[in-house]
Amino acid sequence: MDLSTKYMGLNLRTPLVVSASPLSENLDNIRKMEDAGASGVVIYSLFEEQITSDRLELHHHMTYGTDSYAEALTYFPEPSEFHLGPEGYLNHIRKAKEAVKMPVIASLNGTSAGGWTNYAKEMQQAGADALELNIYYIPTDVDLTGAQVEQTYLDILSMVREVVTIPVAIKLSPFFSSLANVARRLDQGGADGLVFFNRFYQPDISLEHLEVRPNIILSTPQALRLPMRWIAILHGRIKASLAATSGIHTAQDVLKIMMVGADAAMLCSVLYRHGIDHIKNMEREIETWMSEHEYHSIRQMQGSMSQENCSDPSEFERAQYVKALHSFKPATAHS
Amino acid sequence: MKRTLTTIDGNEAVAYVAYRLSEVIAIYPITPSSPMGEWSDTWSSSGENNIWGTVPSVIELQSEGGAAGVVHGALQTGSLTTTFTASQGLMLMIPNMYKIAGELTPMVMHVAARSLAAQGLSIFGDHSDVMAARATGFGMLSSASVQEAMDFALISQAATLESRIPFVHFFDGFRTSHEVSKVELLTEDDLRAMIDLDLIYAHRLRGLSPDHPVIRGTAQNPDVYFQARETVNPFYAACPETVQRAMDKFAKLTGRSYQLYEYHGAPDAERVIVLMGSGAEAVHETVDYLCGQGEKVGVVKVRLYRPFDTRRFMEAFPSTTKAIAVLDRTKEPGSAGEPLYQDSITTFFEGVANGWGSIKSIPKIVGGRYGLSSNEFTPAMVRAVYNNLALESPKNHFTIGINDDLSHTSLDFDGEFSTEPESVVRALFYGLGADGTVGANKNSIKIIGENTDNYAQGYFVYDSKKSGAITISHLRFGPEPIRSTYLISRANFVACHQPGFLERYDMLGELVQGGTFLLNSPYAREEVWDRLPRKVQEQLIERKAKFYVINATNVAGESGMGNRINTVMQVCFFALSGVLPKDEAIAEIKYSIKKSYSSKGDEIVAMNVQAVDNTLAHLYQVDIPSAPTSNIEMPPAVSEHAPEFVRNVLGKMIEQKGDQLPVSVLPCDGTYPSGTAKWEKRNLALEIPVWDQDVCIQCGKCAMVCPHSVIRIKVYDPKHLEGAPETFRSCEAKDREWHGQKYTIQVAPEDCTGCGVCVDICPAKNKSQTRLKAINMMPQPPIREQESENWDFYLTIPETDRRLLKVNNIRQQQLQEPLFEFSGACSGCGETPYIKLITQLFGDRTVIANATGCSSIYGGNLPTTPYTKNADGRGPAWANSLFEDNAEFGLGFRVSMDKQRDFAGQLLVKMAGVIGLELVEQIRHADQKDEAGIYDQRERVATLKSKLAGIDSDDARQLLSLADMLVRKSVWIVGGDGWAYDIGFGGLDHVLASGRNVNVLVLDTEVYSNTGGQMSKATPRGAVAKFAAGGKPAPKKDLGLIAMTYGSIYVARVAMGARDEHTLKAFIEAEAFDGPSIIIAYSHCIAHGINMTTGMQNQKAAVDSGQWLLYRYHPDRSAHGENPLQLDSRSAKIPVEQYMYMENRFKMLTKSNPDEARRLLAAAQQDVQDRWHYYEYLAARKMGGAQNEQDKSV
Repeated sequence: MDLSTKYMGLNLRTPLVVSASPLSENLDNIRKMEDAGASGVVIYSLFEEQITSDRLELHHHMTYGTDSYAEALTYFPEPSEFHLGPEGYLNHIRKAKEAVKMPVIASLNGTSAGGWTNYAKEMQQAGADALELNIYYIPTDVDLTGAQVEQTYLDILSMVREVVTIPVAIKLSPFFSSLANVARRLDQGGADGLVFFNRFYQPDISLEHLEVRPNIILSTPQALRLPMRWIAILHGRIKASLAATSGIHTAQDVLKIMMVGADAAMLCSVLYRHGIDHIKNMEREIETWMSEHEYHSIRQMQGSMSQENCSDPSEFERAQYVKALHSFKPATAHS
Repeated sequence: MKRTLTTIDGNEAVAYVAYRLSEVIAIYPITPSSPMGEWSDTWSSSGENNIWGTVPSVIELQSEGGAAGVVHGALQTGSLTTTFTASQGLMLMIPNMYKIAGELTPMVMHVAARSLAAQGLSIFGDHSDVMAARATGFGMLSSASVQEAMDFALISQAATLESRIPFVHFFDGFRTSHEVSKVELLTEDDLRAMIDLDLIYAHRLRGLSPDHPVIRGTAQNPDVYFQARETVNPFYAACPETVQRAMDKFAKLTGRSYQLYEYHGAPDAERVIVLMGSGAEAVHETVDYLCGQGEKVGVVKVRLYRPFDTRRFMEAFPSTTKAIAVLDRTKEPGSAGEPLYQDSITTFFEGVANGWGSIKSIPKIVGGRYGLSSNEFTPAMVRAVYNNLALESPKNHFTIGINDDLSHTSLDFDGEFSTEPESVVRALFYGLGADGTVGANKNSIKIIGENTDNYAQGYFVYDSKKSGAITISHLRFGPEPIRSTYLISRANFVACHQPGFLERYDMLGELVQGGTFLLNSPYAREEVWDRLPRKVQEQLIERKAKFYVINATNVAGESGMGNRINTVMQVCFFALSGVLPKDEAIAEIKYSIKKSYSSKGDEIVAMNVQAVDNTLAHLYQVDIPSAPTSNIEMPPAVSEHAPEFVRNVLGKMIEQKGDQLPVSVLPCDGTYPSGTAKWEKRNLALEIPVWDQDVCIQCGKCAMVCPHSVIRIKVYDPKHLEGAPETFRSCEAKDREWHGQKYTIQVAPEDCTGCGVCVDICPAKNKSQTRLKAINMMPQPPIREQESENWDFYLTIPETDRRLLKVNNIRQQQLQEPLFEFSGACSGCGETPYIKLITQLFGDRTVIANATGCSSIYGGNLPTTPYTKNADGRGPAWANSLFEDNAEFGLGFRVSMDKQRDFAGQLLVKMAGVIGLELVEQIRHADQKDEAGIYDQRERVATLKSKLAGIDSDDARQLLSLADMLVRKSVWIVGGDGWAYDIGFGGLDHVLASGRNVNVLVLDTEVYSNTGGQMSKATPRGAVAKFAAGGKPAPKKDLGLIAMTYGSIYVARVAMGARDEHTLKAFIEAEAFDGPSIIIAYSHCIAHGINMTTGMQNQKAAVDSGQWLLYRYHPDRSAHGENPLQLDSRSAKIPVEQYMYMENRFKMLTKSNPDEARRLLAAAQQDVQDRWHYYEYLAARKMGGAQNEQDKSV
């Protein structure tokens, strides 16, 4: 049975790639992923904002209250050097590369032009096989237009493309007016892969404390519908590889996402729920299903259910939602 | 050989040499010497070698006594050893110094000479400490400048190895230790050339070793001790020659020539001043000036004070000398004269008789005191001393620099006299600690010193308050070496970095005619002149000043620098002063920004560079009109309603004019009135809390946590609202027991520091706008006047009767009046809420013994102090003895007061017939457990006193003077962890074991906060602190557990921010327990590197993570067969990482040494688990009877 796929030019043994998450902060976990059959790993994101805020915070605390009072002109010893850059992250990439054979994809979230380009270059130098640009921000400025937001994505891509030779993927937000158009422009702008979708942190509020609180929730299988639709729509229309990263919880999900045209199925929440070893089960179940349904390779099914190739392309379009509404019967008040 | 020119301060200059010449360095922090130890620790932890290629071992001890012991031990086993200390620290080393000298052991101890605590403590410079050590047998070498301090550190080491006489190398605290100066850096080759390796081998060979054993430190009997003591004489006799040889060798190497007793002045001088230390530089400068005027004057600078070479001393004077003034920077009350004066007299008497030197008959010799505690010593004063010597009968035993209108010792001097040449740029900068002024000025000195041929000097004057502290930087630059070891009084550049200072300080008094005044002002160009106080306008007009303005706060803010206006003002200084061409200066500033901040990241560099680039476009000159236009008057320093002493004495200190106060107005025994902080309205807060009575749930938490006691609560009869100002807030009291009464929370607007801890802790939220609470920060200036009026009105409302309050309920307890208010502690201090709580609960019957440290500084540093009294005139009586003896000091209170109470009881019984048996029995058997009981007893004692007043007998008079002791008194022993865990631990242990009824409060900040964050044994594992730059590897000492082992001590561990009601309960139980008690209180601190507004959240996280356990150990429970230990916190709710990385002290290790940070974090987490299991076990044990099952299982 041939489960291999090609993602951004990288040969993957199976479509099962572990997506960026804190699981990959630990080198042992990365080894476990490979042992469980993962075909690649996207390392947790390096956030330039975090590095900057750490630097500013450290500077603030090292200077706060100093030179004010004769007996305590400082409060901390001044080390000869601080490790305030991405060294820790880059070392992690290096160690991960030494530890596993599968492709190691670095993930970057920059906030400045220098941050995007410098760190991207350093990640390549550290041995990353590819780069995932995690363009993760919530445009809250009421004066910022959609076109400007899109241009930002394109600009970042082009800056990074200029400084690295390894494949570059863009992890997208689903919130574009015309996602297909954005995807095509990114494709034309040199993106080797598009990842659907970034899951944004969604704050909650506490009724007891009247406070906004972080509330990290794992994805549910329903979340797969969104990437599935867009991969289906884009398959065959752009050159870039396509990957899905939300709501892949079962072998069936993987099969579905392959059929609509994905090149990689990225796993995260499912591994939090069932452990890294669960990758093995998923692979086994994929094989079983394929065997039962007489598929001999993943490539055979890839794109078979895309909008282009499916029997009813309009199912992936807006009208399909209206139909669904019609077929949905709300429960009665007393049932 | 070309040597590097660098700008450093005296401490660094000395440490630079001492570190490179040592193998072992034993240290303990004490101002102003601490930075020498800190430098050593920093270098050692970053692996810097000494000149022989090995990294010195640096070890911190629990006290200077301990450091001296280690020094002695290290020397006795042959290591090259040093230590750094000052003042009380040196006092603790004296016993070992006798030993080290008695055993002829070479070493150099570097002392930043400082005053000793007498009528008051002082951290500033004079020779009281070194003079107290002059009999130890140590050699004493005095340096007078930063360059000399570096040079003499080397010369003394060379001399000690050869002479075998150990040395104290001393230099003036602050004046030299903290003065930044341009010096020539000695090279390691210089150091190697001066140190003879054979002498090191000899020293090592004398060390103790089982391979060639000897016995040292014998006990000697009357038959030989005396003779043995005399065996060292030849060493002392040879020592001066050895030192001079070292100086001569040094001169050949470096070109800087020194003499043991160095004369400078007219070759035919008739009047000569003798002195040592930095004052010699000011005299040198004055001598040059006066000789230029044709006066025949000179100075003998004493470098080698011990062994005193009488012959060389005599030889230093010109034969023409007719009158000598010997100046001592110390005071020996009751002596025939101060030490150097006495030595001089003795020397002349002996020297003239022996024909030493060129003086044939004994000249007039007088002695005088100057410069105690860094009191100014200026050319004007020097000239006055020379003028005195010109008199037929010069005044002897004089003082100079003060106005002694009591004993009339002082010499008059002309304050206008100045010797400063016009070629010297003299700049004064008034800044706020938080705005970075000092750092920028240190940087400017470096830029000018290292990029021009100019000599440079910087000296910095700091506030004694820790919040809203003013800093005054004195900078000089000039083509000749700068010997002006005194503050600038004639500045050609004055900068005011904080516009608020205009109304508080007379900054332009020091500006010369035509000088430049630079102001940071928020006002627009057309408005700025009219916003100046009238006096400032008049001064600018009269001085024909050039007036420049910049809105530095805006420029800094826009560049991302927040309130740190340092870079902006630095650029302005360079642009206006012309010390360097503007472009060159800006390039240098940018270069130094990159150098200083590149290790902290590009963002820090970028925002500073941006601030530089944004500055000049915003700097403008204001034309000065011919007449003043302002009606703004500078308000008096204190209110006209303040008591006379506060107005006339403390007020002068507040105005920074304390040095003008005459002797007669100061208390002769160090006793000051309490309740003075309220008169110093500091108006520090930009924003203050404002109460919203509609949202408030009246829980009292805001008042409880307020570190400065500015939030007050009263419940009162509605009739007291009569005449209330319109904006005065009140509402119905919610507590059922207060039905029908009014409730007010009032803020003291001018005393608040704006920390915001109250808002952070407030649990009530506005239901329409959840960002608002029941107390909210609002800009102070628009409401200052209104709220001041409200505050004054609030004070007229009577306090609630203490007998009616349920003190174990915070809501009610917080109505108790705090008798500790408006201290100078850091804004948001974590210690002061605990102290305030003591004063609320027991303040009217409390005596406090306070260990030296933060709490003694904000508790007792002049000008004004926070302990106060209630309407009856009762309040905490407070005293500070020392750092190391505080527990014993407090025990002394207890023993003494108990004795007086017992004696009063005896007299009561004896006089029962006269006083009346009923009253006597009532007093003797009074139940004083609660406020009502205490109130009744006070009433009885008042009756007793009125009866006694009419009885004419010694017994009656005795009893009258003791009667107040019949009312229960509470003794509190308060101090920080440095005291309780380290230097005072032995005493604390003994006091706790004494069984006496004392209450100990340990304000545990887990570092030596007052001296700048050095590690103590309370420092937790993994925290970065000074002397633990790589993170403290060992766990925190469990002081509470140690105390519990006695079984008879009440022990509590509290954290107000985690559980305030638990804190309250512990304080009440501790005080009520008839025996010793100790409360260990988690105190968040500026030295933790935290947001001080949310410090209480750090306390909560410490408890939630299990890092800080809450418990109470009550011995009385054992008596009932219960386990005395009650664990009051639960097992950890959050990982310790979550708590630790809220604080820079832990988090910075992840940036400086990530691997070690991971290791220590894991160990800290393990500590939490182990500690919890252990305490859980202890608290679960069944007490009494046979060992229970659980015990058996362990």
